[in-house]
Amino acid sequence: MKEDLVLPATREAGAGTAQEPLLTVSGLVKHFPVKGGFPIKRTVGAVQAVDGLDLTVQAGESFGLVGESGCGKSTTGRLITRLLEPTAGTITYRGRDISHATRKQLAPIRSEIQMIFQDPYSSLNPRQTVGKIISSPMEINGIDPAGGREARVRELLEIVGLNPEHYNRFPHEFSGGQRQRIGVARALALEPKLIVADEPVSALDVSIQAQVVNLLQKVQNELGIAFVFIAHDLAIVRHFSQRVAVMYLGKIIEVGDRDSIYARPRHPYTHALLSAVPEVTLAEEEAPQRERIRLAGDVPSPISPPSGCRFRTRCWKAQDKCAAEEPPLIQLSGNRAGHLTACHFPEEPSTEARDEDIVLDPALAALEEGKTEAP
Amino acid sequence: MTTLTKAEGAPAPAGPDGFLSVRDLQVTFSTEDGPVKAVDGLSFDLHRGKTLGIVGESGSGKSVTNLTVLGLHDPLFTTVDGEIVLDGKELITATEKEMERLRGNRVAMIFQDPLTALSPFYTIGRQIAEPYMKHTGASKKAARERAVEMLAKVGIPNPRERAQDYPHQFSGGMRQRAMIAMALVCDPDLVIADEPTTALDVTVQAQILDLLKDLQREFGTAIVFITHDLGVIADMADDIMVMYAGRAVERGTVDQVLRSPQHPYTWGLLNSMPRLDSDLGTPLSPIPGTPPSLLTPPSGCRFHPRCAFRDRVGGDRCVTERPPLGPDRSSACHLGTEQKRTIFVEEIRPRLG
Repeated sequence: MKEDLVLPATREAGAGTAQEPLLTVSGLVKHFPVKGGFPIKRTVGAVQAVDGLDLTVQAGESFGLVGESGCGKSTTGRLITRLLEPTAGTITYRGRDISHATRKQLAPIRSEIQMIFQDPYSSLNPRQTVGKIISSPMEINGIDPAGGREARVRELLEIVGLNPEHYNRFPHEFSGGQRQRIGVARALALEPKLIVADEPVSALDVSIQAQVVNLLQKVQNELGIAFVFIAHDLAIVRHFSQRVAVMYLGKIIEVGDRDSIYARPRHPYTHALLSAVPEVTLAEEEAPQRERIRLAGDVPSPISPPSGCRFRTRCWKAQDKCAAEEPPLIQLSGNRAGHLTACHFPEEPSTEARDEDIVLDPALAALEEGKTEAP
Repeated sequence: MTTLTKAEGAPAPAGPDGFLSVRDLQVTFSTEDGPVKAVDGLSFDLHRGKTLGIVGESGSGKSVTNLTVLGLHDPLFTTVDGEIVLDGKELITATEKEMERLRGNRVAMIFQDPLTALSPFYTIGRQIAEPYMKHTGASKKAARERAVEMLAKVGIPNPRERAQDYPHQFSGGMRQRAMIAMALVCDPDLVIADEPTTALDVTVQAQILDLLKDLQREFGTAIVFITHDLGVIADMADDIMVMYAGRAVERGTVDQVLRSPQHPYTWGLLNSMPRLDSDLGTPLSPIPGTPPSLLTPPSGCRFHPRCAFRDRVGGDRCVTERPPLGPDRSSACHLGTEQKRTIFVEEIRPRLG
């Protein structure tokens, strides 16, 4: 356990240990209890935020996690960083089971797994200067870099594109994009091997988003840090991640390399998700028309998720089998290695427009029915 | 689309085609730190049954403009100059009573966050029925029927039962549907939608956008659609106005603005946004710097401190002179028309992949 205390290990991480995954998660479950009743509160149910999750992250890799709100992607991030205690399942970091490690056992690993939070306004202590914010992780972990902590903080500020002179400023003196850079600098302070970035750019303006995405990409390429990149924006995840997992109601329903997920998706939900992204088409001749799928309603409640396949209540291909039997996450025939899909009746691997749009929303269907009859 | 600016100096002809026309609108808030000019000389026109998309980042004045159209600004701290004409009626000088008669009746608004825009205290059905009773004088019973009918129209299952529910019993997408139902209950001529889908998930957003489009076709409503998402605007709008730091910097039809954009800020927006089919491996090209503070806005062209093409304009015109924005298709930039075209084709377009 102790050998991992050696800090400048980041450099070697990208090069060597390719065979052993950096992080392995298997059967991960997190249920939040729902209390109810009066006068004595009892647990009456559970929000099944994450329910049986398997994933691996290789060293130096960027792994994207997409899904709609409530699908458990943030919970997954917090479980991996052990900010939450998993209900069941195991999290293995570099061959060591950390799923229920105590604070003490976790201490040497803490510095290697860092997190970047979504909201740069609430994730920085307003009473501390930037220097203090970035140096306190080093203090806590008892790290004294050569040249002193202050010099290291200034170096980090420079890496993330901030002026090192701003060492003594407070967070409120910075704009949103700059604050997010401070968050990145704090995460980098301990030279981590894995950064969990939970929606790191969604709170930022469009023109600032690109700055932060580029910064993260630079950090990833130059320092060889593995990323778990959590976001709901499919285009940004595609831009940033080599492998992508799509989550729905606490489960991964499809995972694969970026190209498989975005160009050859098999799960109906991945199809629906991709077709729903509003896109700017730059020229008429460009790219074939994309398919149009409009689902009905919202995601069901994770307190009582549907039996079998969780997507079946909104799926146009659902049959009895989907309710009775949960589809395993497997490699379908014709898919590339590593492209796994959990579906009994997968779709064709193409996102091109179909002969007929799939419109499940009753109001839309009614309005569009009337429209086609009218002329 | 006929649009005029003060630069043209033309008087506003409240013509029959410009259903909503805004002329040289100036909105100034007085704050402790001094006056903030949130909107500075904005002019645009909107025609019946059309959709005008307003794109801009936070603080660009897009929401303020539309709150002013509805008279929802705080008169104590706000000075409004210019002209807002809705169907021949001047709104800036209108009394509160006249505005009340308009709001929810001929002009309605869909807000970004339906949970805060709906009252938690009343049932959904009652909240939809209320403006209908107020404006049409319908009986309680008739209004309730109308509310149920509207809920059915926007795709709420079991509308009769759901009308009895409170907002917290609805999911995010359903709340936004209820908001749309409320906005359309009096069959308004103009709907202002302020980031109506920003808080929603993509699959729900796609449903709501399509629903709005279909309803617009049926009701013939004009829509002002405010968003920061160019993808959404490409999907929804007929015309686009790009705003930056309180001013419109570019306008034109959707095709014109998105396929051959002319303003460096629009280029920047397009370049900094990854798309599902953009090239991988090439880093994004963000706009350097941050949006300016409106307490001390930059002189001349407000985009000049962040503009990569400033040195291609001779002299220091970008710093000293405000570039005019013409009517119709135009962009407020000192670069020559031919120059803009070549820069876009040769330098910007290839980077978009």
